[in-house]
Amino acid sequence: MSAIPMTSERPAFGSIALKAVMALTGLVLYGFVFVHMVGNLQLYSGPEKINRYAAFLKATPALLWGFRAVLLGAVSLHAVAAIILWRRNRAAPPDGSASPDLQAATITSRTMYWTGPMLGLFIVYHLLHLTVGSVHQGPFSHTDVYSNVVIAFSNPAVSIFYVLAMVALGFHIFHGAVSLFQTLGLKTPKYEKPLKAVLMAVSTVIVVVNISFPIAVLAGLVRPVAS
Amino acid sequence: MSGGKDIDIKVRIWRQKSPSDRGGLVTYDVPGVSTDSSFLEMLDLVSERLMEKGEEPVALDHDCREGICGACSLVINGVPHGPRSATTTCQLHMRSFKDGQTITVEPFRAKAFPVIKDLVVDRSAYDRIIAAGGFVSVNTGVGVDANAIPVPKENAELAMDAAACIGCGACAAACPNASAMLFVGAKVSHLGLLPQGQPERQERVLKMLEQMDTEGFGGCTNMGECEAACPKEIKLEVIARMNRDYLGAKLTKRPKGVEKGGGA
Repeated sequence: MSAIPMTSERPAFGSIALKAVMALTGLVLYGFVFVHMVGNLQLYSGPEKINRYAAFLKATPALLWGFRAVLLGAVSLHAVAAIILWRRNRAAPPDGSASPDLQAATITSRTMYWTGPMLGLFIVYHLLHLTVGSVHQGPFSHTDVYSNVVIAFSNPAVSIFYVLAMVALGFHIFHGAVSLFQTLGLKTPKYEKPLKAVLMAVSTVIVVVNISFPIAVLAGLVRPVAS
Repeated sequence: MSGGKDIDIKVRIWRQKSPSDRGGLVTYDVPGVSTDSSFLEMLDLVSERLMEKGEEPVALDHDCREGICGACSLVINGVPHGPRSATTTCQLHMRSFKDGQTITVEPFRAKAFPVIKDLVVDRSAYDRIIAAGGFVSVNTGVGVDANAIPVPKENAELAMDAAACIGCGACAAACPNASAMLFVGAKVSHLGLLPQGQPERQERVLKMLEQMDTEGFGGCTNMGECEAACPKEIKLEVIARMNRDYLGAKLTKRPKGVEKGGGA
């Protein structure tokens, strides 16, 4: 039947199986990002509230590390599947060929390969910055998260960096969320429009609220605790 | 046809002597092209003029020239099948171009579609994906009554829409990942929506996708380039249905040796 016989081998993992891994881990991470944003809103209720919340999260080490393990697992699987798929996708077009002219792609879909690694680096920085405290400038406290955040965002450079990271996050989670429904076969013509509208709204809320924290600190709306 | 005029254009055509040749774009002046001629007729004119000078004509794929066979290909100004939506290269006419315009003509680009010569690519990869499972097995013999097996009207129409796929390869050529998922999705949908396609439904989606991966096509990143390029307006919906079928088959298909019960 074929003019030129096939000789290459079947890859170990099906591309849709890998995409399903990306979709399910992406869903876990999307859920985390949403809850993280809601939790952070307590910054506006003053130091006591958010510090109590932080203490509550850390109260049961088994639970805390359980959650951390799930998130680390999700991020790792998400990244590994992405790298395998990315290598395959890069190998599929002919070597040295110009990429085709894009007609339908959006800014969010074409930047996924950039926003993904950027977020990976941001997560490392963010953990060292406000969880471990090793790159935090100024006094860092494991119990006074309110002051950590206020001190951190008082530096405009840090704030701008966080704002940019949140824009990347918004791009990534919007296209990612729409894609995960498509990958899992749950995007149907009946629900496509409302689904996209809801995902756009939720993703925008996550970005806008997260961006509001550094802006509120810089604008003096969230102040350091008077000592 | 009337109302046509003649235009003078330049074409930059991908010339490649053999599969192993490097190939490159060569520019030709093409004066006096009727706007009523089709794109392929314009290329025929280029070839005729080359042959008159004793040069090699441009090799290209074409067959029905009615937009239904899937033989013609070509990336025209960066877009598979050119600038008109829902139009194959053979149905594209020179009235879609301006006097003095330079038109770049390249072969469909995917490593799984190796160039044989000039604009001709080997699309056997799609044939092998079909051979892996894109069919239904039926008993020969007496013809079955037309309406013996009921088919819901909506399914019949959706299956027909998916069956419009002519397997030309524009989806893979348009995709930055050279993914063939719109093609496979169309075939999986076309057969899977009909009762006759049910016995082999799980087997089909698993085997076709396995072959697709083996051929070296990339994966979908949901950019929608395939849908925009498809001359038969196959929708991304078929990819969602294929994903649904694939994941369902992966989850429910019993491996050999697993005890059979009465349940699902």
